[in-house]
Amino acid sequence: MYGKKVKLRFLFLALILSSVILIVFLILQSLKENVVYFQSPSEIKLSVELDKKKIRVGGMVKAKSVLINSSEVNFIITDFKNEINVIYSGAVPNLFAEGKGVVAEGFLKDKNYFTATKILAKHDENYMPPEVKEAIGDK
Amino acid sequence: MLANQIGYYSLILGLLLSVLLCGLSVKDLNSSGKQISQNILSLSFLQLVFVIVSFLSLILSFINSDFSNETVFNNSHTTKPLFYKISGTWGNHEGSLLLWLLVLTLFIFLFLIKSREQPKKYRILTLLFQQIIIIGFFLFVLMTSNPFNYLFPIPTEGLGLNPILQDPALAIHPPILYLGYVGTSIIFSSSLAAVTQNYVSKEWGQHIKKWVLVSWVFLTIGIMLGSIWAYYELGWGGFWFWDPVENVSLMPWLTLTALLHCIIVLERRSTLTSWVVILSITTFTLSMCGTFLVRSGILNSVHTFANDPARGIFILIFLFILIILSLGIFFLFHKENNKKSINVFWLSRETSILINNWFMMYFLSVVLIGTVYPIFLDVISSEKISVGPPFYQKLILPFLIPFLFFMSLGPRLKWIKSKIENKKSLIVTFIILAILTFFIIKNLTTDLLFYTILISAALFLFFTTLKELFIKKFNNVSQTVAHFGFSLLILSILFNSILSSEIITNIKIGEKYIYNEGEIFFKKIEEKKESNFNSIIAYFEIKDENGKTIELKPEIRIYNQPEIITSEADIKTTLLEDKFLVMNLVKGREYFNIRYQVKPFMLWIWISVLLLSFGGLISLFKRKYEN
Repeated sequence: MYGKKVKLRFLFLALILSSVILIVFLILQSLKENVVYFQSPSEIKLSVELDKKKIRVGGMVKAKSVLINSSEVNFIITDFKNEINVIYSGAVPNLFAEGKGVVAEGFLKDKNYFTATKILAKHDENYMPPEVKEAIGDK
Repeated sequence: MLANQIGYYSLILGLLLSVLLCGLSVKDLNSSGKQISQNILSLSFLQLVFVIVSFLSLILSFINSDFSNETVFNNSHTTKPLFYKISGTWGNHEGSLLLWLLVLTLFIFLFLIKSREQPKKYRILTLLFQQIIIIGFFLFVLMTSNPFNYLFPIPTEGLGLNPILQDPALAIHPPILYLGYVGTSIIFSSSLAAVTQNYVSKEWGQHIKKWVLVSWVFLTIGIMLGSIWAYYELGWGGFWFWDPVENVSLMPWLTLTALLHCIIVLERRSTLTSWVVILSITTFTLSMCGTFLVRSGILNSVHTFANDPARGIFILIFLFILIILSLGIFFLFHKENNKKSINVFWLSRETSILINNWFMMYFLSVVLIGTVYPIFLDVISSEKISVGPPFYQKLILPFLIPFLFFMSLGPRLKWIKSKIENKKSLIVTFIILAILTFFIIKNLTTDLLFYTILISAALFLFFTTLKELFIKKFNNVSQTVAHFGFSLLILSILFNSILSSEIITNIKIGEKYIYNEGEIFFKKIEEKKESNFNSIIAYFEIKDENGKTIELKPEIRIYNQPEIITSEADIKTTLLEDKFLVMNLVKGREYFNIRYQVKPFMLWIWISVLLLSFGGLISLFKRKYEN
């Protein structure tokens, strides 16, 4: 019915189309599995269900809340409405200090306790992650 | 003060020359002469001189700490060492854009004097398109980011340069990277010019390949320098974080690499014309997008200091104009050359290069989606997310396996129609390598099967290119060296990630931390005063599993202006591994937070990238083509 060339071209197009669809599907699928959502302490308090996936919590390090021993750093993240306890064993960035902005990545134990696997480094003292700015409003 | 004025007016004169050059080129387009009129060349040179003068006067203001200049005030300080005063010129937004402009004008001038044997109309049109880009950047600099803003009353002291930018690698990283970025602008302009003149041909391919190579080499080295800097300065001990800003430089690299490969098809077989043009347009667009994403403050990262929405909107509009213009030209003028039959057998050099391009496009879409999706989601649903390294690793690593195989087999194929020779010995080689790999990494990783195949695929490429290098002597040596470099890169990265070990702990002065293989002893600290920072140097003695002791001295620097604390890692580099120690101070506590890492094959990552770009250099300087 069709010439050999036309057939080949159709085959080629079909191949491209299917591989593109496959790849898009693959990318979106792994995107779903690998994104990390950002939440403020208030959002966590208000949430109905506990998020089991890895999340980021951002806010201010509460004054006089940092406790350090040889294996752990404990502190409280606050957005001035609600707060959450963070347990962390790892390297803290230089600008980590009481009263400064912080973003911690890790898992929720429950609504009050958060086990951090990473504390994100910020390299400018005046810099505040947009997430934090939003989380604590105009303060 | 005077330097300020000179710099500013030079910029305006440069802009006027741009407009003049556009007019002259349109006029010269219709004149009968065989060569471009001398006026255009001289004016183009004059424009370059003006931009150089402007740039030099900014450097001068930085050297003299002239705080009547707002850019200097924002980014410099009298106590800063001279070297960083100078490098501070392009370490900020305004200065770096001036550098963009400098490279833009430099490249078009070089293009004009290096392309005398090319058709006149094509050269003029290239100049015209390039001047449109240059005008856009002149306007951008003058309207939204003037480096010569005047401050009154004159402050007595500047705000200082962000200390993490006060670093030798970062002093040369932007210029080199920009040479690569901006080099793609020439490819963009000239491919548009070639399309309008229906000149996308073998000759054009041979001529533009040089520019592709130049941009590619600079971009490769530029990315590497940034990565080296991130490795020792950011204190995380990694060299690639899939940070948006890194991704943004990787994207044009991917398309440029694809372009580099299919330009070879163009210059040999004069097919794939549309694809070459589309890649040229995409590459430059991605470079511009990079500037847009980094400079507009949409991405939050170490590179975004001044966030100004006006700048973002300007670049966005400019970008849209360029995209519409280039696509318009492409669809209006481009004619696929159908005279020649482009029949090729499925197994041939052409298809192998197309396969390379497919992979590049796939890698590009992964990186693009990972970078842009969070921004997109933020805009439409104001949900904040971040996409981490696992996403990229999961999507890229498995595809490296076929990619490496095609890379080892592709260059052995002949043009038009080919067959694979010595199939048996290839298969046997692979099986031997796979078994070897299996025994080497048996106890090192959990995902044994996957890594065995991946590493042996990389080894396969490693040995085939090595063999090629010795057997075929210097035939097509550039390709072989580059591919060899790539295989070495993949191997070093894989072994580095599998074999790295890390210890993080909090430790007091005089304490000893014992881990399963050795011990870390925190001897003492020493304080030192430098011109623009105070430093705390810690002395650590580390005993490894073999009982060998090394001393590492990580440092904490407290800069005076701006008041920022940075950690300087101490790294002992040997041929086989890096020992990396970084220390952090938790304000007002007696504990120091340390991170000690052993990173095998670190040095080889840099060496292999250098080899990769060296391959490009060889190709640039060799006269005769292979075969």
